Amino acid sequence: MDNAIEVRNLSSWFGQNQVLKDITMDIRRNSVTSVMGPSGCGKSTFIRCLNRMHDLTPGFRMTGEILFDGRNIITEKIDPVLLRRKVGMVFQQPNPFPRMSVYDNVAVGLRLNGGGKSRGEIADVVEKSLRMAAIWDELKDHLDRAGASLSGGQQQRLCIARALAVEPEVLLMDEPCSALDPVSTAKIEELIEDLGDRYTIVVVTHNMQQAARISDSVAFFLMGVLVEMDKSAKMFTNPSDKRTEEYITGRFG
Amino acid sequence: MKSISFRRRATDRIMKTLFLLSVFLVILPLFLIFFDLLWKGAKELKWSLLTDLPRPVGEPGGGIANGIAGTLTLAGLAMAGGIPLAVLSGIYLAEYGKGVLASLVRFAVDLLAGVPSIIMGIFGYVLWVLPMKRFSAWAGASALAMIFIPIVVRTTEEMLKTVPVPVREAALALGIERWKTTLFITVRTASAGIITGILLAMARILGETAPLLFTALGNQFWQTGLDQPIAAVPLQVFSYAISPYDDWHDKAWAGAVVLILMVLVLSIGARILTRERS
Repeated sequence: MDNAIEVRNLSSWFGQNQVLKDITMDIRRNSVTSVMGPSGCGKSTFIRCLNRMHDLTPGFRMTGEILFDGRNIITEKIDPVLLRRKVGMVFQQPNPFPRMSVYDNVAVGLRLNGGGKSRGEIADVVEKSLRMAAIWDELKDHLDRAGASLSGGQQQRLCIARALAVEPEVLLMDEPCSALDPVSTAKIEELIEDLGDRYTIVVVTHNMQQAARISDSVAFFLMGVLVEMDKSAKMFTNPSDKRTEEYITGRFG
Repeated sequence: MKSISFRRRATDRIMKTLFLLSVFLVILPLFLIFFDLLWKGAKELKWSLLTDLPRPVGEPGGGIANGIAGTLTLAGLAMAGGIPLAVLSGIYLAEYGKGVLASLVRFAVDLLAGVPSIIMGIFGYVLWVLPMKRFSAWAGASALAMIFIPIVVRTTEEMLKTVPVPVREAALALGIERWKTTLFITVRTASAGIITGILLAMARILGETAPLLFTALGNQFWQTGLDQPIAAVPLQVFSYAISPYDDWHDKAWAGAVVLILMVLVLSIGARILTRERS
């Protein structure tokens, strides 16, 4: 199996404060990779490096290599706008565009990104994306409702549909369930498992059970360091590092 | 369990009464003004007020139709020029305004907002009337625009700043360019607030008299061009009110009612036009 993203010696700083220390890891194509660790371990910072979301943060800087499609995306030569069309993102708090309908929320990426799709083609993509996000049946008769009027779980699936509509290769998810109730969480988890066959998914979570349920591989971060990365089955039964074992058995974090 | 203490309940009552009383005192003058105007203007509030030109003293009838058209023209011109300038400046301040330049702009805009409106009239006079050697709609509209712009710049900036960071991040994460994110996502999200700012500023310039005194000047007839003096309702109210004639006083009251109604109708109309489904 090949890798979608290869991270080599990635370090990053907010001003003087080093947040990531020499991270090296491979993210396999069309699989679900979880990044877990206690609060403040740098896991969110890490996935935001993968689509250059830190570009607008003053004082942020990173070194090393992140290879995507064979190119190092850290260099200035890569256009972050084009990168983000291939590496989509879903956030911790569901954040549908407030003054837009369900339909417009999904369609807006296509409309604003050019590509000259006709109305009909856009409608097809909207339907396909909502279906993939497992929310089409609930919303097909309510496409003109305001996105912000949906329940939290529906909003999050709408945000997933919105991200899928621009046809990314990679989907980054930053604690996508931490603001949701257990039923919505179960639906999103199921969705992640389904999408994992077609997309490269990187999920940040501090919930170990969740990481175990949904992911093929798990990376464990601690204080900016990648402690260990392995198949999730091995990670949770027989971790190689003592710190991982202490974390998953609940002795800290 | 012990019931809520008498003291706490009493405090609650007293505070609630205080709040209500304040609201009442704030709203009361509004109603007093409106009913007083209606009462005193009733004699002249006729259809002809809206359709006829002013008539000389003593001659019954006549209206302020040219003033209504003039006020709409002046405000329309001021807004046509002012809205794009002010909204784009507000966007600059909110989205890009971090350095020294932005602080300077912000300071200048605040100063501008505090300039007495008569000074804006002098500005229009110097800029247009002196070189053109005549009073004109252009002069009046630019004086009004100078009042309109700083209000809209600051409300636009404040409203854009209320758009949550996650909304902007969501747009950027879709691979939408920054300028498109700003125009089509951030501004759209804040549009209700921006429109409210525009409407408040519009209401303000519809009623301004001082800046028009030596720019638009006023006109007894229909305007013939934008480079000519132009009538405006506040100017008519002003000249009728300071006249020594009773029938003109009645017209001043009626004109004031028309002015208030214009603000009301335009505000409600704009709200309906820009309303979004919820």
